[in-house]
Amino acid sequence: MTAALALGDDALVLSHRLGEWAGHAPVLEEEVALANIALDLLGQARVLLSLVGDEDELAYLREERAFRNVQLVEQPNGDFAHTIARQLYFSTYQRLLYEQLAAGDGPFAGLAAKAVKEVAYHQDHSEHWTLRLGDGTDASHERMQDAADALWRFTGELFQPVEGVEVDWQSLHGGWLESVTAVLERATLTLPTGPQSGAWTAGAGRQGIHTEPFGRMLAEMQHLHRSHPGASW
Amino acid sequence: MAAVTADQATQAGAGGPEGADGALAAAFDAAVAADERIEPRDWMPDAYRASLVRQMAQHAHSEIIGMQPEANWISRAPSLRRKAILMAKVQDEAGHGLYLYSAAETLGTGREELLDKLHAGRQRYSSIFNYPTLTWADVGAIGWLVDGAAITNQVPLCRCSYGPYARAMVRICKEESFHQRQGYELLLALSRGTPAQHEMAQDAVNRWWWPSLMMFGPPDDASAHSAQSMAWKIKRHSNDELRQRFVDICVPQAETLGLTLPDPDLRWNEERGQHDFGAIDWTEFQEVLKGNGPCNEQRLGQRRRAHEEGAWVRDAAAAYAEKHSTAHTTARTATVRNGEATA
Repeated sequence: MTAALALGDDALVLSHRLGEWAGHAPVLEEEVALANIALDLLGQARVLLSLVGDEDELAYLREERAFRNVQLVEQPNGDFAHTIARQLYFSTYQRLLYEQLAAGDGPFAGLAAKAVKEVAYHQDHSEHWTLRLGDGTDASHERMQDAADALWRFTGELFQPVEGVEVDWQSLHGGWLESVTAVLERATLTLPTGPQSGAWTAGAGRQGIHTEPFGRMLAEMQHLHRSHPGASW
Repeated sequence: MAAVTADQATQAGAGGPEGADGALAAAFDAAVAADERIEPRDWMPDAYRASLVRQMAQHAHSEIIGMQPEANWISRAPSLRRKAILMAKVQDEAGHGLYLYSAAETLGTGREELLDKLHAGRQRYSSIFNYPTLTWADVGAIGWLVDGAAITNQVPLCRCSYGPYARAMVRICKEESFHQRQGYELLLALSRGTPAQHEMAQDAVNRWWWPSLMMFGPPDDASAHSAQSMAWKIKRHSNDELRQRFVDICVPQAETLGLTLPDPDLRWNEERGQHDFGAIDWTEFQEVLKGNGPCNEQRLGQRRRAHEEGAWVRDAAAAYAEKHSTAHTTARTATVRNGEATA
């Protein structure tokens, strides 16, 4: 239960953030790509939340403290580089996680086997943009480095074991670091040097301790649903 | 079936340039008359080309600007199912924009150039997208009425004389029909829901009905491009014919929805076998077209901002492609040289 909620909330919240790009993307192809990724994640969220209960009750009627997503996915979109850095960090994690889950025989094996194909595409997309921005112009290099640095402190939480998610967390972290390091290097960027987690971020999202922008995100997301109690849509 | 290409016509053409032009024009006219498709490499009158660029660009721009009123509700969609449907729809619209820009590019213009004209206010987009989406029901009203009007307009375009446009419309119409049914189903759920939801649906239909009728353009006696477009078989039906068809389709659908259309003069005319309906406020239409509608500034402003704020991203992609294509070329050249040296 906790596990499905944690993985489902990650996908739900990141999907919402990506949905905020609609109509604002830097190029038309990215309108399509970002919406595509958002839709994949929303699909995953719906399956995972349905394992726990009613998807809409869970999405629209829980308060901030009851959400179990990592803080990384709730971070505001920022500029395109921030969105790409967030996506790089998360999709690399999600791909390795789902690969392990798909290979196992736990309750998420079936879901993970389907989702890992989508997530491989998300990772590919974010890696290519990391390369283009990092190794593009001086200005884009600087923005991509800033974004990679700014979000770094939210990455440690990804590797805090979640009860019911049966994977080798240590190898997950190792694989993630190797993959992200390789991409950043190819993109002529420097692996961030700050701590990968602080007292505030280590596992906090999984315990319902979130960052301030998250409450506003939920207020917007839930407003209409909450305004019409019991209505169906 | 392609019309005569410029080369063939020049070879076949009699004597001087005038004769060749005459033969080309005659071949074009014959192809249009025979309902053949004109293809990008075929000769076509300059005015035909210009008219298509204008119409296709406007159509592409409408898809792109049209993302905004609906995207306005993505973050507030009241259920995850509706949110997924809406995101998929807005994504489809970006895709339609891409098809249409590609189709327009076959006429020798570039996407960048067309976007620049949109941003500078020198090319238009559909007047409908200058109205605000004020409630969730507006998403349904747009699906039912706005997409419905678009389909009524666009299905005949699947037989348009210009091949790339006609083929783009075949693909687009399939997806639009799907969106339209989803919008209808959204309104139906609201109409049969709580009293507050029903009221929300009725209010949305009240606000979107007349602007949707305006989507068919000015009345036939005031439509600047209609006669020529019909002669060229770009258009197959007049604005008023299509508008009438749309009204006749919507009336029974509104009844099934349990919603009323905001027109006291709307009634069945037994003699004509069609509905009579009230007068459209053409002054409002003209004002919206001139840029004075409720959201013109907001829509164009957001589009310009997205483009300007995204410039560094496009620059980065171009610089990266440049660097890496040069690297590839150098590597290839080196390989070839080595090959030669070995040989």
